[in-house]
Amino acid sequence: MNTMRFRFASFGKRIFIVLMQLVMISYVILIIYPLFSMIISSFKSTRDIMRFPFSLPSGFDFSNYVSVWVDKGFSVYFLNSLYYTVASMVFVVMFGSMAAFGISRYAFKGNTMLYMLFLSGIMLPLKAAVIPLFQIVKGFGIMDNPLSVIFVFIAMGIPSTVFILSGFMKTIPAALEQAARIDGASELRIYSQIVMPICMPSVALVVIYNAVPIWNEFFFPLVFLQSDRLKTLPVGLSSFIGQHSTKWELLFTGLSMAIVPMLIMYLFMSKYFIKGMTAGAVK
Amino acid sequence: MKIRKRLKKAGWITFFVTPGILIVFVFILLPLFMSLFNSLFSWNQLIRHDFVGIDNFKRLFTAYPYQQRFSNALGNNARWFAVTMLVQNLMGLLFGYVLSRKIAGSQIYRRIFFIPVLFSIAAVGFLWGLYLRPNGLVNALLQLIGLGKYASAWLGNAGTATYAIILVNIWRWVGFPSLVFLTAINNVPSECTEAAYLDGANEWQMFKRIVFPLIVPSVTIITVLTVIGSLNVFEQVYTMAGLDGAPNYATDTIGTLFYRTAFGSVDSGAPEIGIGSAVAVVIYLMTFSISLLSIMITKSKEVEM
Repeated sequence: MNTMRFRFASFGKRIFIVLMQLVMISYVILIIYPLFSMIISSFKSTRDIMRFPFSLPSGFDFSNYVSVWVDKGFSVYFLNSLYYTVASMVFVVMFGSMAAFGISRYAFKGNTMLYMLFLSGIMLPLKAAVIPLFQIVKGFGIMDNPLSVIFVFIAMGIPSTVFILSGFMKTIPAALEQAARIDGASELRIYSQIVMPICMPSVALVVIYNAVPIWNEFFFPLVFLQSDRLKTLPVGLSSFIGQHSTKWELLFTGLSMAIVPMLIMYLFMSKYFIKGMTAGAVK
Repeated sequence: MKIRKRLKKAGWITFFVTPGILIVFVFILLPLFMSLFNSLFSWNQLIRHDFVGIDNFKRLFTAYPYQQRFSNALGNNARWFAVTMLVQNLMGLLFGYVLSRKIAGSQIYRRIFFIPVLFSIAAVGFLWGLYLRPNGLVNALLQLIGLGKYASAWLGNAGTATYAIILVNIWRWVGFPSLVFLTAINNVPSECTEAAYLDGANEWQMFKRIVFPLIVPSVTIITVLTVIGSLNVFEQVYTMAGLDGAPNYATDTIGTLFYRTAFGSVDSGAPEIGIGSAVAVVIYLMTFSISLLSIMITKSKEVEM
């Protein structure tokens, strides 16, 4: 009853509702139109984009997409991004959940300190640490090697994973694992076959919370990976844009290629994306 | 027996915690201490020389060109924070509130508002960089609706460039505070809003007296995230204005300045690890202290339910 339904509203409230609808619809257009324009521009010529920016393309010729995907290396960038994201997420979930289990399911001295140590990783701006990270990566001999960014990504993901998962694990009743312990289950089995299966919904949140920023990450791949064949999608896009700055249809094709896959995934799983991305900020 | 059991427990804890703590230590905490350490030495490119105490900090705060660049960049970060708080977070508050009142279409609106949050800053920056070019979509739209005289080189003009970049970032991110506030408002117990509604409170009174005081914890979180985000600006400037913060450093931020000092360069064209590390230490200190301050300020305004 206490909602903004037009039919039951007073006059003043009706004006408010109409005004808010106008604001909402304008903002929807502000979000959708630039994306729509990006996609249609990729099918137009540079000349048409500049002379008739609001017109629709005369046809849908996908040769630009083929050229960007194959010749300009976007297929390589895409697979690199996929590889780095999946590889780092496997370890983020594994090490993060193990640490969360260790911290939340055992009482011991230094427990809180250990937790704070992990949490400090959320607050510290990792970009500011790029000089020492550069030294460390060089010291390990993994400069211009996928391992450099994968390690940094794992480090980026673990603190929030520990935070989210240990919060959830604390709510699991201890009786469950006591029973398993009496049956002679090892601690590793309790972790992997009792606690982790219960945590799966939270693990899904953690995966989205971390995988999206890692997939989109620009700074560390820019600094640590110089070879073109190792570049990620955002960094590859950056050098591509630098090389073709006057061919607008190619630029819009490259941008569509970087943006549309995420858009399609979002259309199918918007609920999970919203829940996952805001997981660290809402209780 | 008891000792064996305790040893076993300690062994398991070590087993579970060690991989995570090791990685966090090597790649997050160690770099923090190394930055501190590095900032106290003079460097020739990548080779460490003498211990110089706080000399690097002195140069950063007093010597040309570091002092000028640094205060200019810091001013822009302050602008990022102020505009983001005022525009993005107030918009987010409005959107979150209106969506929570189940206005017709709210389910679709919230899904659409969140779309750009998923995109990489780099892609969004390059896309809007194209639209903001003198012959781009934004000026074309102004011409279309008869405001052609306001068309401008948005990113080439020192007066508008930073604000244009900030607005693009708000376009990308406003869905985030909107949905955080929406969730928080939805968690406000309905007895509170029902009671106010029956007492005849209007929308503004409802928001100001009932809803806002109860969602202050979310305001704290969004404020702290805005502090961290504003100090971390890099990709946005890199993609729309370039590493030098063109035009004439008008869009320069601590992030881009830091990158130029660390990898070459502000003064001589070579990487300056000493000064760069000093900048890093300042970023750490500012992030920490400003976050703490905003937590303290908003904590004092929190209401217990």
